[in-house]
Amino acid sequence: MKFHWFHLMPYPDLPDDFQQKHRSVWVDVPYSLFDAERGHQVYNEYMDELEYAEQCGFDGICCNEHHSNAYGLMPSPNIIAAGLARRTSKAGIVVLGNSIALYNPPIRVAEEFAMLDVISGGRLVAGFPVGTSMDTNYAYGMTPATLRERYHENHDFIMKAWTDESTFHFNGKYNQVRYVNPWPRPLQKPHPPVWIPGGGSLETWDWVTEMNYVYCYLSYFGYIRGKTVMDNFWKRVEEIGGEFNPFKAGFLQLVCVADSDAEAERLYSEHVDYFYNRCLHVYGGFADAPGYRTLRTVKAGIQAQGGAAASAQRSGMKWADFVREGYVIAGSPDTVAERMEDVIKGLRVGQLMCLMQIGNMPKEKVLYNTKLFSQKVMPRLRNMWPGYEDHWWINPLPEEKRARPAELRAPALSL
Amino acid sequence: MTVEAKTVSVRGGMFNPPVYRAGKGEPLLWLHAAGGLNRGWTPELAALAESYDVIAPVHPGWDDSIGLEHLDDIHDMVVYYQDFCDAMGLTSVNLAGHSIGGMFAAELAAARPDLVKKLVLVCPVGLWLDENPVTDIFTVMPNEMPGVLFGDLTNPVIGQTLARPTTEAGLAQALYLQLANFSALGKFIWPIPDKGLKKRLHRIKAPTLVLWGDSDRLVPPAYGPLFASKIDKAQLATIKGAGHMLPLEKTAEFVSEVRAFLG
Repeated sequence: MKFHWFHLMPYPDLPDDFQQKHRSVWVDVPYSLFDAERGHQVYNEYMDELEYAEQCGFDGICCNEHHSNAYGLMPSPNIIAAGLARRTSKAGIVVLGNSIALYNPPIRVAEEFAMLDVISGGRLVAGFPVGTSMDTNYAYGMTPATLRERYHENHDFIMKAWTDESTFHFNGKYNQVRYVNPWPRPLQKPHPPVWIPGGGSLETWDWVTEMNYVYCYLSYFGYIRGKTVMDNFWKRVEEIGGEFNPFKAGFLQLVCVADSDAEAERLYSEHVDYFYNRCLHVYGGFADAPGYRTLRTVKAGIQAQGGAAASAQRSGMKWADFVREGYVIAGSPDTVAERMEDVIKGLRVGQLMCLMQIGNMPKEKVLYNTKLFSQKVMPRLRNMWPGYEDHWWINPLPEEKRARPAELRAPALSL
Repeated sequence: MTVEAKTVSVRGGMFNPPVYRAGKGEPLLWLHAAGGLNRGWTPELAALAESYDVIAPVHPGWDDSIGLEHLDDIHDMVVYYQDFCDAMGLTSVNLAGHSIGGMFAAELAAARPDLVKKLVLVCPVGLWLDENPVTDIFTVMPNEMPGVLFGDLTNPVIGQTLARPTTEAGLAQALYLQLANFSALGKFIWPIPDKGLKKRLHRIKAPTLVLWGDSDRLVPPAYGPLFASKIDKAQLATIKGAGHMLPLEKTAEFVSEVRAFLG
């Protein structure tokens, strides 16, 4: 069983009346709410937290890409990943990921991911999301109806750039480049593991199965709601002749551990509330641009994630509801371990992304949560999938071949 | 009166648009707005058909029609409409378009001045004023949509024409078509409806009527004079109290303006 530590990097100071005063946390959220000095502090604390997760024994540390978003301060996750590549040495650097349809030419993604893989000694997991409608259609102006076609072309471009070592030309519908020859290409051969974060679209399930990639369902709504999607995913995998292996699937879960169930509520309740009621306050008009979901998916009746329906469902929910409904797994190590077992077995996933900094949770609580999980919960769940091998994990250089970043030295005069 | 659509094969069947056609008089090619023609022969078309042989094709991709994957941008759409005119045997025709259909009509008239006798543009999109932006229709919530589309929400024609289907299946189909139509619309105007028409309007040779409602909250009335100023033989008429759905909202005034202009 693999455990990954996922950061969204939320801005922690959205006001109490945010939901009443503003229509959306995303796209047109007023920039007057952001204080760059506070931003300086939290970026650095958030990177400390990711680095701490490595020390605690998490397998991967994860970052992701959002735009014009007050709960996701990583328009370029590669910048965070570059910092992590220097200050960590064991953990997989799981970038979930780069919204590849946004980059023209996408060779930029091929280059930056390759740099991360080479600098980190082969520790990159390359995530290729389509990106949400808010990010791609509204904040980046991409036409919804052609977003997925562009995504697939850009994927093919990147994979060819990584695996074809000649200088080649690429004549696509959205990209024309006469000389494709990225320096560097990735260290991991033939390429870093590819993980695809997605919602519940049929096309994505078929495609990840065909490509033999990891499918990650990054939901904020917990394992009870996630089970339907994952059941349908595995059913589809079976239908189209894919083999079952839990390491092919990832799931994101909010997790809060404390000494007791009551202590968990006391410590974390306000941050969970901040997350669901401020961070996820998205204007319905931005949630699902016409054409963002394919017409086939719409016809199949698959609803958009998030949006007005989801927030209506959440309205008035309190700590006890979030815990009972599985949005958050919270409580003593025993409680959390039991429910995590339900997640892992119920959804049949081998890659678990734990969201342990939630909303405006401050650093000392984040470290406490992380440490307690790693000491008291993780060991009990490590061997949940005996007999299955993870073929979708990093393959770094052996220890003896690894470069060691020099220790920081103060002041320069003493050199 | 009910008018059934008949499909027409264009470019060897690559496109198969339903075409509504009725009326007597000179042919008038009508290019519809973003909502498509799935409500059939609506009152403004019936009123036009009293004076003209109205030919109203569904744009590729709208109302679940085929072929949109072969059209990437406005240039492809203009070429498509030339193929469509060829398929219909139209060599010189009066052309009218509403909203996105107005943009298609203006583009076609600029690309093929020989094809268009007279042109009617009903609150078209296609130009952009930074100080007076077109409303982003893609982000308008369903409950706010009527307020954006109509000048006067008490107009009874709104309820008569746009009543929501009463069955669950009918409602699902209506929502699906709206999503499909707006998805198609996005291919031609996302994220800002300014795809270079300003560089081509001077090519329009046809006498042109630009019609606008003074209460248009989707494409503000300021765009009326702008269109008129960029087209050689243009005249502007403004209809009081009309919003963006002008032909439906003020059908009598609309038809009377069109008849006065086309003859």
